[in-house]
Amino acid sequence: MIPGAFSYHRPASVADAVKLLSDLGEDARPLAGGHSLVPMMKLRLASPAHLVDLHGIAGLKGIGRDGNSLVIGAMTTQHDLLASDDVARSVPILHEAALLIADPQVRYRGTIGGNVANGDPGNDMPALMLTLGATYRLEGPNGAREVKAADFYQGAYFTALEPGEILTAVSIPVPAPGHGYAYEKLKRKVGDYATAAAAVVLTMASGKVASCAIGLTNVHETPLLATAAAQAVIGTSLDAAALKNAAAAAEAIMAPAADTRGPVEYRKHVGGIMVARALQRAASRAR
Amino acid sequence: MNDLTPTREQRTAALEGLGCKRKRVEDIRFTQGKGNYVDDVKLPGMLHGDFVRSPHAHARVKSINSEEALKVPGVLAVITAETLKTVNLAWMPTLAGDVQMVLADGKVLFQNQEVAFVVATDRYAADDGVNKVVVEYEPLQPLVDPFKSMAPDAPVLREDLAGKTTGAHGPRKHHNHIFEWTVGDKDLTDAAFRKAEVTIKEMISYHRTHPSPLETCQCVCSFDKIKGELTIWGTFQAPHVIRTVVSLIAKLPEQKIHVISPDIGGGFGNKVGAYPGYICAAVASIVTGKPVKWVEDRIENLTATSFARDYHMTTEIAATKDGKVTGLRVHVLADHGAFDACADPSKWPAGFFNIVTGSYDFPTAHLAVDGVYTNKAPGGVAYRCSFRVTEAAYCIERAMDILAQKLGMDPAELRLKNFIKPEQFPYHSALGWEYDSGDYHTAMRKMMETTGYAALRKEQAEKRAAFKRGETREVMGLGVSFFTEIVGAGPSKNCDILGIAMFDSCEIRMHPTGAGIARMGTKSQGQGHETTWAQIIATEIGIPADNIQVEEGNTDTAPYGLGTYGSRSTPVAGAAIAMAARKIKAKAQMIAAYKLEVHEDDLEWDIDGFRVKGLPEKFMSMKDICWAAYNSVPPGMEPGLEAVSYYDPPNMTYPFGAYLCVMDIDVDTGVYKVRRFYALDDCGTRINPMIIEGQVHGGLTEAFAIAMGQEIRYDDTGNVVTGSFMDFFMPTAVETPHWETDFTVTPSPHHPIGAKGVGESPNVGGVPAFSNAVNDAFAFLGATHIQMPHDYWRNWKAAKTLGAVA
Repeated sequence: MIPGAFSYHRPASVADAVKLLSDLGEDARPLAGGHSLVPMMKLRLASPAHLVDLHGIAGLKGIGRDGNSLVIGAMTTQHDLLASDDVARSVPILHEAALLIADPQVRYRGTIGGNVANGDPGNDMPALMLTLGATYRLEGPNGAREVKAADFYQGAYFTALEPGEILTAVSIPVPAPGHGYAYEKLKRKVGDYATAAAAVVLTMASGKVASCAIGLTNVHETPLLATAAAQAVIGTSLDAAALKNAAAAAEAIMAPAADTRGPVEYRKHVGGIMVARALQRAASRAR
Repeated sequence: MNDLTPTREQRTAALEGLGCKRKRVEDIRFTQGKGNYVDDVKLPGMLHGDFVRSPHAHARVKSINSEEALKVPGVLAVITAETLKTVNLAWMPTLAGDVQMVLADGKVLFQNQEVAFVVATDRYAADDGVNKVVVEYEPLQPLVDPFKSMAPDAPVLREDLAGKTTGAHGPRKHHNHIFEWTVGDKDLTDAAFRKAEVTIKEMISYHRTHPSPLETCQCVCSFDKIKGELTIWGTFQAPHVIRTVVSLIAKLPEQKIHVISPDIGGGFGNKVGAYPGYICAAVASIVTGKPVKWVEDRIENLTATSFARDYHMTTEIAATKDGKVTGLRVHVLADHGAFDACADPSKWPAGFFNIVTGSYDFPTAHLAVDGVYTNKAPGGVAYRCSFRVTEAAYCIERAMDILAQKLGMDPAELRLKNFIKPEQFPYHSALGWEYDSGDYHTAMRKMMETTGYAALRKEQAEKRAAFKRGETREVMGLGVSFFTEIVGAGPSKNCDILGIAMFDSCEIRMHPTGAGIARMGTKSQGQGHETTWAQIIATEIGIPADNIQVEEGNTDTAPYGLGTYGSRSTPVAGAAIAMAARKIKAKAQMIAAYKLEVHEDDLEWDIDGFRVKGLPEKFMSMKDICWAAYNSVPPGMEPGLEAVSYYDPPNMTYPFGAYLCVMDIDVDTGVYKVRRFYALDDCGTRINPMIIEGQVHGGLTEAFAIAMGQEIRYDDTGNVVTGSFMDFFMPTAVETPHWETDFTVTPSPHHPIGAKGVGESPNVGGVPAFSNAVNDAFAFLGATHIQMPHDYWRNWKAAKTLGAVA
């Protein structure tokens, strides 16, 4: 549990950080909250020669608005999200999910940028970003670009980030007023990754589901957008048959690994249950 | 008398003696970050050691190349088995009469076994060095399943035992067999089963888990070449035993070895044994002439230093149709891992597992235990229990529920019907123990009344009907557990460790001003000895507990003792403390008689001093006697006021308790909720009720963890899959249920203050309560026995197997 030697860099601007990462190449890793990278280093599963600490870059932190989108700087911590009235009011599912991430100590340090950029299928925020239709801002040696969260995740720890690129902000279209939402997460204990989790954002009209998006956490090597499951409930009143169809459609795209949380069959089964429960709870909140 | 004269109640209260909820004095430093733990020991020039460990469960070590490691800046030495052979320390004896490799000698026998020890100027360089040592392995077939250990074609694990058909505990039946231990009357028991109207038989497994104290195992060894003295600061539950063991195996004179256990952050049995880290740090210090520190990390702790349990108990009960038990037959397959490093009293290869008849009046019983080797870490320590007592309690408490189910009886009623009756104490059990005291019926009935047991059963019946009607997806379980422990090892007639009788000790020195210092052979790891030991002395000699300094853990100053584990501190050292205090009091009485100019028989003890019988105004306080002891003792008496007592207990003590767990389980996810947990403990005389309650809370939390998910699990090739707190279930405050505690008091008749010990009861009694609740929840669906641990997915699996989930 002792990391190897590394050099520490603390750039003051995104441009400097990008330059450092480009110059140092694959031996360098950006450091945000460190809650994924540092444990990997202590186990020597990761041994970067250089850490580029992003905490010195003032512009990377904060929650603001760009039209009807909420823009969150990559170095904004989970604690900052929880403290934001705007987040609680306009994208309350973020607030609900952030509360389910580990414990207060982790949330004081863990950042939204690190959470979404690391490509860890166990992280909670990526599935939310898919559900909310978020866009990531990536800045690199060739300038800045916007990538949809839905196009970002390629495999476990593999993302659309190019060498030298840093994820600098997350942009989330604010869901319609009166939307219903829920993040259902089954975990063994505080601090554990989800055995399975489902995010739902929906709108209701005349007692029937008008629009719906469903995201899934930790049931595949990437976060999943369960499009067919969402389709299966649109136009329904979320009766038992519709919930069953949605759960089955979601389970059909799950491919979790067997681990100490349970065998594949169990993790898919409870994944389906999380979808059904999230749908019901979201509907109960919709106006 | 005027208003300022304290009342008897005030004088008693001022002592903060027995029965007082005295606040823990050690917490003043612990809560301010001022504890002093082994890792706080920092000596000039101190070096750091770290292990190269085996990635394989079973492999031949072809070569070890340290060349690149020695080039790492700061790395000074790489110690291997070859180095240790030059000082005859490549292997070390275990407490169980086996030998264990200190560093891999020719082969490795479990994953994360110690292969080489890298010594460097700092912790980082040591780890860098570890990563540069190149070890060439030839993998061998791993043996993971203990049920396959004694198969004819099972791989040979212990080549060093080739041809040895006798081990430390008798004949060996197979190359992977360690011992067979049998107790009881086989013929009589077999006959009881032949005549039985009803029998049950079940293989009840208690999975492998780990004590996992917050502070891992660690030490600092410092060898002074000039004086030829070795000082060891270590996380030792039994510092004197460590000193003797080091003396015997390192061939150093015992007076030249100084062992110091500073503050310890939890032990739970993990810190009883001797580990390769201690030997390597000592050798490294002798070789380099500098202090060497070794500190385990969490993964090393979980995977390499002593595990607990791993008992597989085939259990049979014979009974009459109306539920009277007539015989018990148990066979245990005990997985000891690669070396037999159980920390039991030497003559007890399966500890006190023969307490397995529990709280019930079995006319006959027979027990056989086979210990076997596997490619897993060695250990088998008493994780917050007396030796193998939690395994025994789980075995009998689960089996009684299975019998109740077969008979269609309520589990509480079945227990009440078979309890040893109060008038049967002292009770001689079929497997050889003499239970000192107990009143089981009262405790059980108090539990049933306080919890509203009958109403809970009614609610359960209604919920079961609702479940069958499809109105709920939750099942409700009531887990009854009634345990009898055997603690306080132990009487010299049956307990020793490496030939040293398991007494314990206390030395008390009173100072002239009415204060004193007391030292014991025990060592607190969080139990609160500094608080409770002073309370015993306070009541015995009438000096306020605040005026008694308690000191443990330094072998140079403390009297020899066997340490703290197996709930032995109160039964053994607690008795020594009372006896030493009584020696002080006896001398004090002579001094008081002299000063009050009466015969000592004319004096009577009165809370905090002696009073002349019939003359209440003629009184001498203990405080004043202390002063007199240093200036005006009777002619011919030596001055001073101090005493030492070594206490060899006449018997064990037998704490007991009645627990109830109320649990609801969602069959679709397997998620459980402990709705209620009630724990009634009878530990005899209660020294500090607040500390008892804290002990019960802690033990129940561990029991909850073990029963509901905490395990050391290996895959088929011998890799540990639960080697960190991500996967090894360590509940937080969020997961931990609320605990209700209660008590009855049945003093031990042979203990000087009637105390029995409590620290481990909740772990012993708690595990069966949780497991019985899960099993009871599923019983109406046809379950008879569901193995632990009962984590979510296994609960779901059980529901699915029973057809409750599609």
